[in-house]
Amino acid sequence: MAVYQHDVVVVGAGLAGMRATLAAIQKGADVAMITKVHPVRSHSNAAQGGINAALTSRGDDWDEHAYETVKGSDYLGDQDAIEVMCQEAGAAIIELEHMGVIFNRDEDGRLGTRRFGGQQRARTFHVADITGQAMLHVLYEQILKVRARVYEEWFVTSLVLDDNKAVRGVVAIELMTGQLHLIKAKAVILCTGGTGRVYEPSTNGLIVTADGQALAYAVGASVMDMEMVQYHPTTLMGNGVLITEAARGEGAYLVNKDGDRFMQKYAPNFMELASRDVVSRSEQTEINEGRGVDGCVLLDLRHLGRELIETKLSYINEVALDFANVNLAEQPLPIRPGNHYEMGGIKTDVNGRTPVAGLYAAGECACVSVHGGNRLGANSLLDTIIFGRRAGDAAAADAKETGEVKVSDSVISIDRDAIKNLMDRNPTSDTPAKIRLEMGKAMNEGVAVFRDEAGMQRALHTVRELRERFTGLGVHDKGQVFNTNLIFALEVGFMLETAETICIGAIARKESRGAHFRTDYPNRDDENFLKHTVVTKGPSGPVITYSPVTVTKWKPQVRSY
Amino acid sequence: MRVTLDIGRFNPDAPNAKPYRQEFILEVEEYYTVLDSLIYVREYEDPTLAVRCSCRASICGSCAMRVNGHASLGCKTKLISVMDKDGRVRVDPVGNMPRVKDLVWDMKPFWDKIRAVDPFLQPEGPEPEEEYIASPESMLHLVGVMGCIMCGACVSDCTVLEVDENFLGPAALAKAYRFTGDPRDGKTKERLKELNEYSGIWDCTRCMECVQACPKGVAPMERIMALRDKTIAAGIRNTNGARHAEAVSDFVKKSGKLDELRLVPRTYGMFNPMSLNSLFAAIPVGLRALRRGKLPPIIPHKVEGKENLQAVRRIFDKVEGKK
Ligand SMILES: Cc1cc2nc3c(=O)[nH]c(=O)nc-3n(C[C@H](O)[C@H](O)[C@H](O)COP(=O)(O)OP(=O)(O)OC[C@H]3O[C@@H](n4cnc5c(N)ncnc54)[C@H](O)[C@@H]3O)c2cc1C
Ligand code: SF4
Ligand code: SF4
Ligand code: FES
Repeated sequence: MAVYQHDVVVVGAGLAGMRATLAAIQKGADVAMITKVHPVRSHSNAAQGGINAALTSRGDDWDEHAYETVKGSDYLGDQDAIEVMCQEAGAAIIELEHMGVIFNRDEDGRLGTRRFGGQQRARTFHVADITGQAMLHVLYEQILKVRARVYEEWFVTSLVLDDNKAVRGVVAIELMTGQLHLIKAKAVILCTGGTGRVYEPSTNGLIVTADGQALAYAVGASVMDMEMVQYHPTTLMGNGVLITEAARGEGAYLVNKDGDRFMQKYAPNFMELASRDVVSRSEQTEINEGRGVDGCVLLDLRHLGRELIETKLSYINEVALDFANVNLAEQPLPIRPGNHYEMGGIKTDVNGRTPVAGLYAAGECACVSVHGGNRLGANSLLDTIIFGRRAGDAAAADAKETGEVKVSDSVISIDRDAIKNLMDRNPTSDTPAKIRLEMGKAMNEGVAVFRDEAGMQRALHTVRELRERFTGLGVHDKGQVFNTNLIFALEVGFMLETAETICIGAIARKESRGAHFRTDYPNRDDENFLKHTVVTKGPSGPVITYSPVTVTKWKPQVRSY
Repeated sequence: MRVTLDIGRFNPDAPNAKPYRQEFILEVEEYYTVLDSLIYVREYEDPTLAVRCSCRASICGSCAMRVNGHASLGCKTKLISVMDKDGRVRVDPVGNMPRVKDLVWDMKPFWDKIRAVDPFLQPEGPEPEEEYIASPESMLHLVGVMGCIMCGACVSDCTVLEVDENFLGPAALAKAYRFTGDPRDGKTKERLKELNEYSGIWDCTRCMECVQACPKGVAPMERIMALRDKTIAAGIRNTNGARHAEAVSDFVKKSGKLDELRLVPRTYGMFNPMSLNSLFAAIPVGLRALRRGKLPPIIPHKVEGKENLQAVRRIFDKVEGKK
């Protein structure tokens, strides 16, 4: 065991984590970034389409961006937070450009945009269809430039509390050696990403396992609006891999088996570019009513022409060919709604602060809340950049005011014992993989695009049963070096904990709003449910409370596209 | 569909740890990739199997490995395209990098070389208030290099790295190109001077392995060639590298093959007093090459068959005629 000490520890090296790290370093703090995979392997990579911003110098209006975000959120987003995000967006894009992101240009050599769903104006900045990757690699370049301290391939197993119940560090396993380390800090920022693998299938990578949500929940922080799980309208049948919304932004059609552009029925104005919840529900309705093709509908790009497809959408062109054997210039691609994004997360203010002293969160694992009931495409990269920076600033400032960290080195023994138990237990026929698969399928059946009481109760029941089984789980791999079997078991523990909060939040919300659509309560109910679901760990299980939504200038209205 | 996965394994925790091979016979779906089948093994056959992976969609760069001896991404390689007639596929960790466990390799040497090329934008002069103005073509061109996911497949199969671990290698040089090709960068000349040094752009033998291995169409070798052109165009000349290029082209023109043994003195200059030092510096490389059975022949070979040699010369005529 080794003990380390820093002012600020950032857990996660996706866009939010790296932005937070750079900000805290700039504020003069001694910062370490801890990540379970090498930074450029983080899932921010997968973002294809782009990042939204209203550049006011170019005649766009951040107020309009904010309004569309509020409307997209089905009025569950906090409007003060949304205003902060949209107002700061333009400067953030310019900053990214100055760091080296090679955003696409227009003919004059200035930044070019494309249109994304739920918005009238083209305000999505992008790097072909590899925006996330291009941004992630450039932020990592900046991390190398400032020689930031990175503990890579270290897996955080728990947060450490001092006697006053403030978070003052983390415990982590170093994968290469299997050693457990204590990293003390005055402030810890969680930037651990989403919850994708709680579902099967999902567009998310295998490492997106809700670790941060569970870590924070375990030390008394709350998770908020977890029931708001986004299903993306265009995912591949086999493995759930994503086809970016940019395809529709560039003009692709959605058609059913009769060749009809069915969005005409559901969203006559926005058509294919309505909000994601709306498009996903429309597709699912077509499929359920027998107008699908093998459980899918079709995404048709043929009229866009080979050249556009090969230059602006080259990555999905590659993906469609590799995984679906479809040549986009010649054939329509079967797609269906699939799990994609968690709007909810660790409850924070606009500076990333949680109610637990010393604990901060940003990026997809946090809930500020700017996405409310439904996130607009290309708003989440923006979320990571804006609130990553703000959390880094706040944590560095607070760390300056914080006295010596008082935690005993022996706290590590709690994790050591838990891991030893897992390692010593003889494995049964139950494996982490089996448990995760059963959970994923149950969630995808019960808490998906269309929900009802009975289905959600079934999912919750399965999750609770699996938690029982999990307590008896052992790992096969008894080795020290790169024991992914052990890591996977720990991740499954995190996911089960998080899955429960999703289910109970969903069951308690007896209305339909954003991504949460209940066939037994098909209408939005502002009178009773214009409020955030807040779940906190109680002595005998999760406790639900509610907190008000901040409304500044946009009164809730009927939402139509 | 039935597949036999023949996996090169290594468990560093075992007493007297030695690499070994293990076969798994699986019933899988036709659309399975090599990575899908490895995940299947890990989940249902042997949870101790170590392999890095995340995105399953060739974007995170985790899963570079050798499939039937050639580096590629496990998640981009369909089983069906690599199985032999008996349904066998051989999987090994990447080459040219130290092994950690099973298919997991040590990334440190890889990233050390990326670090060595100052991989960040270094603009000159005051920052503009808004964005830098850059032509759409210049940015689109860079997307091709920015597509690099740092997977290491190219480095795995680079033939020069096999004998000279000092070579910066295809990934780092492609990364360097990304900055010299960026109209916003102000350090192009300094960068080119650096890359012009020993173990830089001139050490590539143009074997094409990196172009073949790269799953993202980055074509590192072509970037390296473009860097050479830029270096010469920038007037950075009369260096070992440029001399090396001249010597290589001479040898190949004469014999159709590379006379690697005579390349070193030619490169450093036969009568250059520095040459002796450089020759000594090159000795370890030679010894390593010898150990691996890669030392070039003392008596230079010629390409077999007169026709082939003529074909090589025709290429030269064509290329030189064009200039
Ligand atoms: C396929 C796909 C396409 C998308 N396209 C877009 C788009 O076009 N536009 C848009 O705005 N959004 C898009 N999104 C959403 C967006 O990409 C993500 O929400 C965002 O990138 C999340 O960033 P993050 O920094 O919060 O987390 P991530 O990038 O997921 O990073 C999480 C980090 O936490 C680390 N970590 C996690 N757990 C631990 C632990 N226990 N110990 C140590 N480290 C840990 C990981 O190693 C990783 O570094 C897309 C998402 C997907 C899946
Ligand atoms: S072409 Fe050059 S860089 Fe590429 S693999 Fe061959 S020697 Fe290495
Ligand atoms: S150049 Fe290609 S093969 Fe090499 S690291 Fe980059 S993506 Fe991988
Ligand atoms: S798993 Fe991400 S590149 Fe293969």
